[in-house]
Amino acid sequence: MIRSVPRSRLFDGVYLAYLVVFFVYLAMPLLVTAVFAFNDSPFPSLPWQGFTLDWYLADGSEGRTGLFHDSGLLSALWVSAKIAVWVTLVSVALGCVNAVLFERLQFRGKEFLYLLMLLPLVIPGVILGVSILVFYSGTANEVSRLWGIELDMFRPGMTLVVMGQVTFITTLATLVIAARLRKFDPQLEEAALNLGATPLVAWFTVTLPWLMPSIVGAAAMAFLMSFENFNTTVMLTGSDTPLTVALFNRLREGSTPVLNAVALFLMVVSALLALFTLRQKRSE
Amino acid sequence: MKSSAGRLSLWLLLTPFVLWIVLLVLVPHLQMLRVSFQVRESWDTIAWGVQQYQNFFIESYYWRTFVRTGVMSLFTTFLTLLIAFPIAWYIAKMARGRSKGILFMACLIPFWASELVRTYGWMILLRESGLFSSWLQALGWVDGPVEMLYNDVAVIIGLVYNGLLFMVVPLVTTLDGMDENLVEAGYDLGGGHATVLREIVVPWAMPGIVSGCIVVFMLTLGSYLTPVLMGGKDSAWFTEQIFTQFITRFNWEQGAALGVLLLVLSSVMVWLGLTLSGQSLRKVMG
Amino acid sequence: MATESDLSCTGLIRRFGNNAAVDHISLDVPAGTFFSILGPSGCGKTTLLRLLAGFDKPDEGDIHIRGQRMNDVPPNRRPVNMVFQHLALFPTMSVGDNIGYGLKRRKVAIVERRKRIAGVLEQVGLPGLEHRNPQELSGGQRQRVALARCLVLEPTLLLLDEPLGALDLKLREQMKIELKHLQKQFGTTFVYITHDQSEAMVMSDQVAVMKDGRFDQVAPPEELYREPATPFVAGFVGDNNRLAGEVVSVMDNLAEIRLDDGELVRGRVVSAGLQRGARAELYIRPESLVFTDEGLNRGFSSMQAKVRTTLFDGANSRVEADKSGQPVYARLPQDGSAPKLMANSAVRLAWDPMLARVFGADKP
Repeated sequence: MIRSVPRSRLFDGVYLAYLVVFFVYLAMPLLVTAVFAFNDSPFPSLPWQGFTLDWYLADGSEGRTGLFHDSGLLSALWVSAKIAVWVTLVSVALGCVNAVLFERLQFRGKEFLYLLMLLPLVIPGVILGVSILVFYSGTANEVSRLWGIELDMFRPGMTLVVMGQVTFITTLATLVIAARLRKFDPQLEEAALNLGATPLVAWFTVTLPWLMPSIVGAAAMAFLMSFENFNTTVMLTGSDTPLTVALFNRLREGSTPVLNAVALFLMVVSALLALFTLRQKRSE
Repeated sequence: MKSSAGRLSLWLLLTPFVLWIVLLVLVPHLQMLRVSFQVRESWDTIAWGVQQYQNFFIESYYWRTFVRTGVMSLFTTFLTLLIAFPIAWYIAKMARGRSKGILFMACLIPFWASELVRTYGWMILLRESGLFSSWLQALGWVDGPVEMLYNDVAVIIGLVYNGLLFMVVPLVTTLDGMDENLVEAGYDLGGGHATVLREIVVPWAMPGIVSGCIVVFMLTLGSYLTPVLMGGKDSAWFTEQIFTQFITRFNWEQGAALGVLLLVLSSVMVWLGLTLSGQSLRKVMG
Repeated sequence: MATESDLSCTGLIRRFGNNAAVDHISLDVPAGTFFSILGPSGCGKTTLLRLLAGFDKPDEGDIHIRGQRMNDVPPNRRPVNMVFQHLALFPTMSVGDNIGYGLKRRKVAIVERRKRIAGVLEQVGLPGLEHRNPQELSGGQRQRVALARCLVLEPTLLLLDEPLGALDLKLREQMKIELKHLQKQFGTTFVYITHDQSEAMVMSDQVAVMKDGRFDQVAPPEELYREPATPFVAGFVGDNNRLAGEVVSVMDNLAEIRLDDGELVRGRVVSAGLQRGARAELYIRPESLVFTDEGLNRGFSSMQAKVRTTLFDGANSRVEADKSGQPVYARLPQDGSAPKLMANSAVRLAWDPMLARVFGADKP
């Protein structure tokens, strides 16, 4: 059923209709979420009451508190951003090291270690969170009980969330960077040595610039994945809740258009990040 | 060049990897396995036993949810494959030039929003006061508000929606690499649509199909938000039970046991998928 | 070793397992010359080049460049630059940055660097292309950038690893001549490896023919062609006909050989100590064969063959004839002097015995 194989017009019509339905299905939930961020009504549902920016800007004086005045959501946003920055830094750094390890070096047991590297991808996120909680928080409890030493960093909180997210985001970063490194011609490094560069200088002036687009791409992906993660995060979070968990708690209390406002805000940030990485890829 | 320098760089690069995989993956999971066999007799005495696993089999609520989660995840995966394949085929083989890139990007757009936002969107559409209900009333097809949320169909709609991207991308990638002459040769040698699809296209796309199915199955099995927010009272998801044990009841031993069971289920399914299709994890994921 | 030689190697050996890719190689390249290493793929020429560049270390033997021992000098400290087979231009840098890379490593100030980049681009015929991306250039231009990147550093020795292999035929012909001119212009010593004999012959002052890790012969191109020292060189450099037979007599450097079909032919002896009754091979070039009986009275040797077909290729046209089952090629002059030849007709091929070379065939 490729272009060169003749088809009936009915088939073409049905296929086209299917495509349209599919993309409507994809777009609709996001579209309504975005639209109701501007509905001048206390509930995100029909009828349409007119356009308002209250759900972003209202300062609470008329019974409405917009996103930019909602200290709970804003601090959750800040927590999420901090977590995402740490996760991005750690997992991209680990990803670079792993990529070089698996693409450029030969050693015994490499195949086995590569499978271990892929492992976090086939473990459900909830389980990743649970296992880290059980081990680190459990260890902190034991240490406290036996010796009275408090290991607060291993209690549920930001550190554990970062650790939990790094577990699987590192694998993804490794795959992205390794794919690019695989296309690198090692002769370029030899050429650099031949032109007088030391191995270290050759790495920084030739190999690293080559990897840069994938590193930027991996970083953007890591940031998004971290920011949006719920399953692993919810198991490990402490008193300082990140945004997805805060939103979830709000949602259980009942939906208000402020949630739509946050959702739209997140979509715009993600879209900008995605466009940024696309531009990076273009300029490659 | 020099073997000593080679060894040094190997160790330098191996250390972060080992720390990551041991401290964040292996040790925590082994500890979870250990805890699942602990029986707490009083606040500071611990015995070993399989009590948590017995609970799982005795308490029908546990294993019923377990089976239900597995079956529904399989069904969702299959449905996602069916829905995604024609789309991936169109993008890879029918669309040309700009429209190809645009359609592919359009498939990715929903994933600029987190699972929570996507689920929230579906809630606005499906609930009693939601858009579909209002539209049906406006059209005069129903008399009062209709509740379309909080049932299994809603859950599956949401789960399929979450999985689509992870099915479309690997399918497009493998189908893109397929030489169209293969299909033309298939027809040229007298094959019909069904034969060509079964004997040429599907075998070629197998790595993509397996990779997509594994990822979608994993995501679905481990998903939490969609079943919790869109499911009804009796459509519990297994991750919910793990969550309840850990967060609400503080029963870590039981939670760990349920976690191990979920991990076993997902590993067995991934292994089965790879074995039955004759693929390897490295080829499918790496 | 002569003091003015830029590169001299003695007894170089590089083994991989039990197999010596470079096997007792000694060579001496005088300053300012174009030296080629010619050999079929797998003969060890790339390994030899990597030893010279420092990417690999010899198991035995020494490498001296301008009298300095290089064995323990890392590649980035050797006064040697290399044009890689696939050029290895840095894709993340502009043409100017590619050429300036080595200068930057030597901490040449930016103003000076710019001047020298512009200068060398001018010399290779690409003025003003500093800001272009290497990927935007044509094959020939990229070639010149790769060359400029090395030449700007004024190396003692420039190594070239089959750099013309990726070009199409026409461009290759053009670049051959250009490379030779550039070498003369810069006066740099070139060590060029190739499997293409025409490249080696056209450009080089000296050619080393390499086989199984050893040099069979090192000589100027003309000598290599006219006086091959081994059967391998005779067969590998230029087209050649090989006739096998048994030595009947040796006299004044001329051997008479009975071919397998009984005919007697003569040629100049190369292998020392060729005995009566030994197996031998006679090599005679297609252009040395003439279609005539008349040559006989000038002391020519001749043989009978059967025409199979004629292969028209302009100035390079040949006749393919059959000599007891073996193909024999003879040049077919296009100046009207050649007789009309019909397929399956008998033809008499004659040659000056001094132009034929006889090797003992005892060694396989």
